[in-house]
Amino acid sequence: MSKTLFEKIWDSHLVLEEENGPSLLYIDRHLIHEVTSPQAFEGLRLNNRKVRRPDLTIATEDHNVPTSNRSLPIVDQVSSIQIKTLEKNCKDFGIQLFGINNPNQGIVHVIGPQLGITLPGSTIVCGDSHTSTQGAFGALAFGIGTSEVEHVLATQTIWMEKLKPFEIRVEGKRKNPFAVTAKDIILSIIRRIGTAGGAGTVIEYRGETISELSMEQRMTICNMSIEAGARAGLIAPDEKTFEYLRGKKYTPKNYEELVAEWRENLKTDSNAKFDKSFTLDAKNLAPQVSWGTNPAMVSDVTEKIPFPEEFAKDLSQQKGVEKALQYMDLKPGIPITDIYIDRVFIGSCTNARLEDLIAASKVVKGKKVSSKVRAMVVPGSQMVKKQAEDLGIDKIFIDANFEWRESGCSMCLGMNPDILGPGERCASTSNRNFEGRQGVGGRTHLVSPVMAAAAAIKGHFVDVREMDLN
Amino acid sequence: MDRFKKIKSIVTPFDKVNVDTDQIVPKQFLKLIQKTGFGKFLFYNWRFNSDEKPNSGFILNDPKYKNSKILITQDNFGCGSSREHAVWALQDYGFSVIIAPSFADIFFSNCFKNGLLAIILNSKIVEKLLKIQTEIEVDLENQIIKTDTEIIPFQIDEYKKKNLLNGLDEIALTLKYQDKILEYEKKSTISSLL
Repeated sequence: MSKTLFEKIWDSHLVLEEENGPSLLYIDRHLIHEVTSPQAFEGLRLNNRKVRRPDLTIATEDHNVPTSNRSLPIVDQVSSIQIKTLEKNCKDFGIQLFGINNPNQGIVHVIGPQLGITLPGSTIVCGDSHTSTQGAFGALAFGIGTSEVEHVLATQTIWMEKLKPFEIRVEGKRKNPFAVTAKDIILSIIRRIGTAGGAGTVIEYRGETISELSMEQRMTICNMSIEAGARAGLIAPDEKTFEYLRGKKYTPKNYEELVAEWRENLKTDSNAKFDKSFTLDAKNLAPQVSWGTNPAMVSDVTEKIPFPEEFAKDLSQQKGVEKALQYMDLKPGIPITDIYIDRVFIGSCTNARLEDLIAASKVVKGKKVSSKVRAMVVPGSQMVKKQAEDLGIDKIFIDANFEWRESGCSMCLGMNPDILGPGERCASTSNRNFEGRQGVGGRTHLVSPVMAAAAAIKGHFVDVREMDLN
Repeated sequence: MDRFKKIKSIVTPFDKVNVDTDQIVPKQFLKLIQKTGFGKFLFYNWRFNSDEKPNSGFILNDPKYKNSKILITQDNFGCGSSREHAVWALQDYGFSVIIAPSFADIFFSNCFKNGLLAIILNSKIVEKLLKIQTEIEVDLENQIIKTDTEIIPFQIDEYKKKNLLNGLDEIALTLKYQDKILEYEKKSTISSLL
């Protein structure tokens, strides 16, 4: 029978399949962090249970860690307790931890692929919704809650209803791939299918444009699958995937054998059926900027802030737009390029990998951040930070008056001291523009790294296609 | 997990779409290492003004709904972050049932792991329930909601229903299949991270 890639991975991980109920699925890789794991370990202790496979489990500290000088103690006592709790839990249960001062520390979804923990055809879970990022390698990777973290720790399995495969094709050559990025592709998809468009599904991204993307760009696409409501995003592995994972810290010894097998099997059969399908034409795509309080509220940079009445189909959506514009303090009809910003954040599991930083640095090189803007770069991991520094990219940012920080989730969710003040407006390369996401009363505009860099220089949004680049 | 019993209460009408878990529990309260005590943070940025005094315009601050155990809301409730703290907060605050036309996947799953009953009903019925002023009764065993004037049936997956009614510990359940897991592991070729 013909199968989609998702169905192949699903079927090969079934421990138990029950009629009219969820299936028991084996988990190959379990990544944990400080925020969603403490209650899971507490549950194990209360019931006298062990971690079944510490050798398939890896921990890091990313969500609440400060991105300032790491040689200083953590000032926030509650964060500090959470960090110490993870350290104790890892020690007690025999789990490898890449802690705050480890050279492999970083955002969990950035370090997974960088260390070769992420493998094609595998199942990967983490108590974080952006686990979907790792689907870029042809893995079934999805976020879980803390009860499920406890369940995976104890049993290395998870009970799950089978998801439905959703095909999203991206076709057409972009005219300016430097300025119209993977971030613009995914924002544009979410804008069209909505924040619940992918509910109950695993999205498989396919088509010419997807094949052309680098692995890091593919990760940006899969990362935001959750913003479209999907549990996971997938891209079939190809030679770029295999090359990316060659020679990493945890790349398996029999890697070439595995690659031969993956090359043969890890793809959707030609006549396999998807539950639904959507196609985006990328040919005329423009850089995207979000203007509202969910990731579907997005416009081209060349457009104006919409009027609520433009969403005539649905009254509750109209109310939502009205409320969002009120929160964002934006008036309908003004051009996106007239929106002035206070802050710029280049970071997060969506856009803080080396290529993102290189691209942004090309916009910044030889220029200065607007005097009205505070801008920061937070590399996705210590490895990304070091690679960037080896290339001298840190200097480009520092010379332009960007802050160059240590790695972590930082201002994507503002659990550490990196937050927006009330009313502050930010051009952010992160994934969520929810109310208060980056700080109580803060206003987030989601953009690509090059668009964020351009906004930092000009002090307001600009079409990065029109910037002079050195 | 406690056994789920019949719930009778007035309903809190929460007429909003796409309520994300960042609103249900803002991130500044995710740093605790226990599961209890999150009720005071529920919808914090909406419930309280910047001076930390209750926002009188917010529905949960209306004394009428003080003892409500049932929240009725709109599409895609619980979207965004996977934080289970959202479920812990709703329960700790006093809710036992959430009704909506649709839920976000991870949130939906998290509800049942903690004994919070999430019921999906079509939008027309939800619209009607949003206006109801009298108590309603949610009977999971018989899969019905009783109002003063009608009986509304609802669907739920048998597995979830059984776990809720019996207050089952899912890990204990899974551990009964240890031999199957071991059997799988024997043929699995996944590489160790040690």
